[in-house]
Amino acid sequence: MSMELDVFVGNTTIIDEEVYQLWLDGHSVSDAVRMRLESDALSECEASGEVLHSDTMDQYRTFQMCERLLHCPSKLANQLLFQIPAHRQAMLIERYYEFDHTFAREVLGKKLSKGTKKDLDDISLKTGVALKSCRRQFDNFKRVFKVVEELKGPLVENVQHHFLLSDSLARDYAAVVFFANSRFETGKRKLQYLSFQDFAFCAGQLISYWTVGAVDNMMEDMDVDLEKEFLHDLKDLKVLVNDKDMLDQHKSLVCYQLKGKIKAFSEMEANFKNLSRALINIASKLTNTKDVRDLFIDLVEKFIEPCRSDKWTVGDLTLFLTHYTSTAHTLEMFRFQILWERYMGVIKSCILKMYHD
Amino acid sequence: MPGKLKAKIVAGRHLPVMDRASDLTDAFVEVKFGNTTFKTDVYPKSLNPQWNSEWFKFEVDDEDLQDEPLQITVLDHDTYSANDAIGKVYIDIDPLLSSEAATVISGWFPIYDTIHGIRGEINVLVKVELFNDLNRFRQSSCGVKFFCTTSIPRCYRAVMVHGFVEELVVNEDPEYQWIDRIRTPRASNEARQRLISLMSGELQRKIGLKVLEMGGNAVVGYLQCFDLEGESGLVVRAIGTACTLDKLSNTYTPATAINPCNSSPSKDIKDSPQAVPSALGCRSTHSSPVHSASSRLSQGFSVSVPTLLFAGMKHRHRSSDGPRARQCRAGFGEEAPGVPLSSGPPTPLRAQTFSSFSPSKSYSRQSSSSDTELSLTPKTGMGSGGSAGKEAGPLKALLRQQTQTALEQREFPFFTLTSFPPGFLLHVGGVVSARSVKLLDRIHNPALGNTRSYKLLDWNSFTADEPETRDAWWEEIRQEIKSHAKALGCHAVVGYSESTSICEEVCILSASGTAAILSSRFMQDSALDTEHRLSRQQASVFTSGAEKGEGDMGSTASLGFEDLMSPGCAFCHIPYDELNMPFPAQLTYCHCCRRYKVPDVLFTTIDLPTEANVTGKGCLIQARLCRTKKKAQGEGNATAISNLLPFLEYELHTQLMNKLKLRSMNALFGLRIQISVGENMLLGLASATGVYLTALPSPGGIQIAGKTPSDITYEQHISNMQKKINDTIAKNKELYEINPPDLVEEVIGSPIPEPRQRSRLFRSHSESSDEVSELDLSHGKKDAFVLEIDDTDAVEDIHSLLTDAPTPPGFYSCNTEIMPGIYNWTSALQMFTSVRVFRLSNVNLTNQGLNKVFNDLCENLLKSLYFKLRSMVPCCLCHVNFTVAVPEDELIQVAVTAVAMSFDKDQTQENGRQSIDKNLMKAITENEDQLQFPLELSAESSSNPLNSAKGLSEVSGPLPSARAPSVDYSSFTDRCSSWIEQLRLKAHTIRCGSIKTMSSLEKASPLPEGRSRSLRSNRSYAGSSVTVVKMTPLSFIPGTKIIKYLGIINMFFIRETTSLREEGGVSGFLHSFIAEVFAMVRAHVAALGGNAVVSYNMKECVFMENPNKNQAQCLINVSGDAVIFVRESELEATPPQPHSASAQTSSSGEGT
Repeated sequence: MSMELDVFVGNTTIIDEEVYQLWLDGHSVSDAVRMRLESDALSECEASGEVLHSDTMDQYRTFQMCERLLHCPSKLANQLLFQIPAHRQAMLIERYYEFDHTFAREVLGKKLSKGTKKDLDDISLKTGVALKSCRRQFDNFKRVFKVVEELKGPLVENVQHHFLLSDSLARDYAAVVFFANSRFETGKRKLQYLSFQDFAFCAGQLISYWTVGAVDNMMEDMDVDLEKEFLHDLKDLKVLVNDKDMLDQHKSLVCYQLKGKIKAFSEMEANFKNLSRALINIASKLTNTKDVRDLFIDLVEKFIEPCRSDKWTVGDLTLFLTHYTSTAHTLEMFRFQILWERYMGVIKSCILKMYHD
Repeated sequence: MPGKLKAKIVAGRHLPVMDRASDLTDAFVEVKFGNTTFKTDVYPKSLNPQWNSEWFKFEVDDEDLQDEPLQITVLDHDTYSANDAIGKVYIDIDPLLSSEAATVISGWFPIYDTIHGIRGEINVLVKVELFNDLNRFRQSSCGVKFFCTTSIPRCYRAVMVHGFVEELVVNEDPEYQWIDRIRTPRASNEARQRLISLMSGELQRKIGLKVLEMGGNAVVGYLQCFDLEGESGLVVRAIGTACTLDKLSNTYTPATAINPCNSSPSKDIKDSPQAVPSALGCRSTHSSPVHSASSRLSQGFSVSVPTLLFAGMKHRHRSSDGPRARQCRAGFGEEAPGVPLSSGPPTPLRAQTFSSFSPSKSYSRQSSSSDTELSLTPKTGMGSGGSAGKEAGPLKALLRQQTQTALEQREFPFFTLTSFPPGFLLHVGGVVSARSVKLLDRIHNPALGNTRSYKLLDWNSFTADEPETRDAWWEEIRQEIKSHAKALGCHAVVGYSESTSICEEVCILSASGTAAILSSRFMQDSALDTEHRLSRQQASVFTSGAEKGEGDMGSTASLGFEDLMSPGCAFCHIPYDELNMPFPAQLTYCHCCRRYKVPDVLFTTIDLPTEANVTGKGCLIQARLCRTKKKAQGEGNATAISNLLPFLEYELHTQLMNKLKLRSMNALFGLRIQISVGENMLLGLASATGVYLTALPSPGGIQIAGKTPSDITYEQHISNMQKKINDTIAKNKELYEINPPDLVEEVIGSPIPEPRQRSRLFRSHSESSDEVSELDLSHGKKDAFVLEIDDTDAVEDIHSLLTDAPTPPGFYSCNTEIMPGIYNWTSALQMFTSVRVFRLSNVNLTNQGLNKVFNDLCENLLKSLYFKLRSMVPCCLCHVNFTVAVPEDELIQVAVTAVAMSFDKDQTQENGRQSIDKNLMKAITENEDQLQFPLELSAESSSNPLNSAKGLSEVSGPLPSARAPSVDYSSFTDRCSSWIEQLRLKAHTIRCGSIKTMSSLEKASPLPEGRSRSLRSNRSYAGSSVTVVKMTPLSFIPGTKIIKYLGIINMFFIRETTSLREEGGVSGFLHSFIAEVFAMVRAHVAALGGNAVVSYNMKECVFMENPNKNQAQCLINVSGDAVIFVRESELEATPPQPHSASAQTSSSGEGT
């Protein structure tokens, strides 16, 4: 004796957000039923396992049928098969495209290819995110990437427009796409302490200030790639370390400003030339794609680690970077003010974001 | 050439990829109507083609316009091979043929393929130019409006109600034609869909012609069904009620605007206070008491014996009435099915068992030739021969005359309506039903089963003209129903419906309805001014006060006005003479007016009249039963089924009655009994909404009596059970808020001998008669209902009685349109369909085991529904419609369609109070109307019982015995070939209408939460082109006003798959199919400019699977009325013009 068939179809499609989440998280029906039975939320309904099983099955089927539409969210709004109120549609889409930051952290900067997809088992093991869910998230990344890759215009808006996502989620996707496109190195052991949010923030900075679109909004620009011209120009900053007078002058100006204001003053004074050289070197090397990919590892190895070993506080670092940037303007011989500002603005905020344990 | 159909193909979207190489499609469209086909250009390499075609014009007869659908086929152009079909759209253009319905069809339609489901959408524009055709002999009936709604549609006024219309058409089923062996499943499915579309068009046209003939302009309560008879063909049949409707012009006046829709279905109708002579339907209802009594004798009691055995033996047939009746009666035990035809002495049990219905019925399977004779001409002479003499001479003559007219009109006084214009329904007599087991012939297939069909032909004098055979079958059943109604002293049947259950070659035809007496004056036009409308509203306010059960308040009020009217109780008064009751019943004086007699229990198939006085809330009551049956073929099978049917129905009623008592209620509305036949079992499911009618006596408790008092543990067991039952009753009383005013019965003085106030239920059939007098367990509790336990069966029954899970807190359920006691609906509603198929293990199951399985199946299904809809609490499942089927040997299929509606908990009380104030005014205005009744009433009540009495004379159990206490009633009741529940209505009270809802109107929150929350989504969805279409099985949507009916939706779909596993198994397959059906219904409604479907009904859901072959097939037939509604809040703010209405509502619809 068994239930051969069991379906429930509402004129307005009923969506249980809790079950949706379980489905998104990649739980099997039986797992989901067990988890629902254990949760307190349903205890007042006195729902039996049987009822929950039937309900869960129905919901899972509904989601599976919707999934095809969710791959192209704009279709969801004008499809006729499911009558779903607009706000529920938005919820469905948003949740479907939400991802685990731990998972995203793992694939960040990797090529969104079949090869990576094969590694998902490992990632699933490592992150504790169910393989099913990993696959969905990976496919989402890939899908978004494919669509916006060739599109002109602001990256975030493109993601938002094509996938109808919320602003913050669209920004996260922009970061993923940006990292995947530029293939930034994020997997080194030394970078492991950085979270997805750290990188996403940095990506946001890079997108906002270093891409073509950042300078001229009117242009039909490509937001995915860093501006070649800008990267090329960065070589000019070398003057700051190559010109010994300028370097000395820069150092004294910074020391003057910071004296008594930071705890790690002596260390700073001793290390100034090295630190400055590190930042300028990073800048000058960015013409090389390989070095662009190493941007974050370079920042950590060449700048953050020395500071950390000298036990700089975040406050110290903030003051230092602020004055390091601003005093360069007062250098008589320094002509690349705008370039410098554009470079240091991003570097400063990235370093500050990345400066933690 | 009276019509020009124009179609334009605009664009497509979301088309499937048809060319793997390019991942694109080269689509073009064929537009076909009749035999004319047009094609669009090929739109190359696109999944979103923009054809923007010219207008394709078809010049056609309006007859074709009615019959044919517009057929749109989307294809993929292929240079080298044949073009591939992507899918089709059938558009029924009937709504365009009526000037009052839609004017243009324009919108996105899902492109449907029977193998792949929905594959993209196509945007189409359709218009019709009609030229007036004054030809009297025309075959078309353009302009006749059809409504599925079983009440007078809102925004219309009934000028006249003409009566019953029916028609059926028959064709060969393409699935069973020889060609099916060589064509693809797709071609076969499409042939079938197209054929059914054609047939329903033709059927509708023919019914329309009948309506025009009768002088009407609309069909209300239109019910169309398909019988898939397999090899013997395909029957499409329909019944309905012909009416003349007037569109209410003042839809936007304040008076109607304040009238909330969540009340009575009939509230908007102006009724006429004037009696008008010679209303068609009414005359016929008066018509044939003589006729009926006789038919009851001659035909009604015919037993379920296949024609084969009795073929051509009219005489014997008649004379064997007595024995057959006995046979029915004898068989309540398990051994019954084997009882031979004329066995067993009469046992008295029936009468005591049911106070208010007689469970006997006829399962006539007579040859159609003898049948026709029986039911039409000879009956009168034969049946009434002996008894007519008893009748008063003049009366008899009069009745004869009326019969004559009725016959001339060839009318059945049947009405498919379930709720009525105020004042239309005078008295309700009780439920009448008839079933008949038929063997499907195979005349279309002479090659197969040649001998059998030859035999059948011989007996039934078939002349290979099938429609006539089927017509005769239904005719026979209708005659029977009609005669049952007569037996109840009623001249009409309301809430009438017909259904079939087919298994292989056996077919059970069923018909049921509620015997009633209707007022003639409401069958005719008379404009009612606003004053009257107002007064009616106030009247209803009054009744709602009483309904609230506000104890003395309510009853004193009604006492005070009893001379003028009997608000909400009059319909309970018995329509027959209490001295000549057609069946035994315990009568008391009405608890509201104290002037007229009422029965102790009422069963009806109609909706609760809105003015009815109800105490507390109602609830869904179901009786479920499964009976095993030996596999058999042909006649043997038919015999077996007919033998089982009486027991099935008897037990269903026992269950219903027990459950009713357990809930401390005394009336059932919307009763629907479905009997489904399978290879090796019979399923019975009875659903109804139980309520406590204030006018009826309070039901007593249930007493359990053991049969072997010697055993102490047994006694213990019994008393435990008794305690449980008492607890349950107490709990239920609280749950349903049933606390009727405590009336002192003695003061009123019941003229009925004390013992008769007791109703007993005996499980044992043989000894019960001896024990009637001894077994007086009731003591002081006069109404105790005795359940005797004499075998394990009975214990099971009681257990199952108690295991019915109560609805979870916050939930109510009913199968009627609205729930008594709930008035403040919010506009949140969710229509749903749920289907379950259960596979029985093949171990040989006992009846009990089967029962339990079936019962659990239904209970679990309900539980699941409650769980799914928990977010809508407090809410009520309305119009819960269960359908059971036995698709295969070991499968039980249960399908439910219902709507969940949220309500506001707190406002109930206030409404009740407000309403009371207004009752005075109403009483005054009603005064005038009142006077007309007594005459009419007395005439009817005196005449009809006579007829039934006369029927008795031929029966073994004579009339006097029926009235004596504790005597054998059964011989009489057994003969009533319908089981009957009585109810009585007085007309004017009905008009009290829908007050309860009125006051809730202002408070109703029109916007569900969803709308405000959707703010954010505006960003992304502003461009969404999909209109929200609400669907509901009810005839209204709470908090809204229907401003236009756009036409009937009647769609039939077939879906088949050869990749069942890939589509998610049977559940996945059916899930997407049902979703697709919903989508197609919504799309058609939206294209008509509508934003809702009311009276939605899934009439058929036939599911077949073959998992081994990875195949499944499903057929679904749905119907409903497409409408435009506007929210009441908007209506008040800005009375919209009809044009702007649709735009306005489409935006408002987003809420839910």
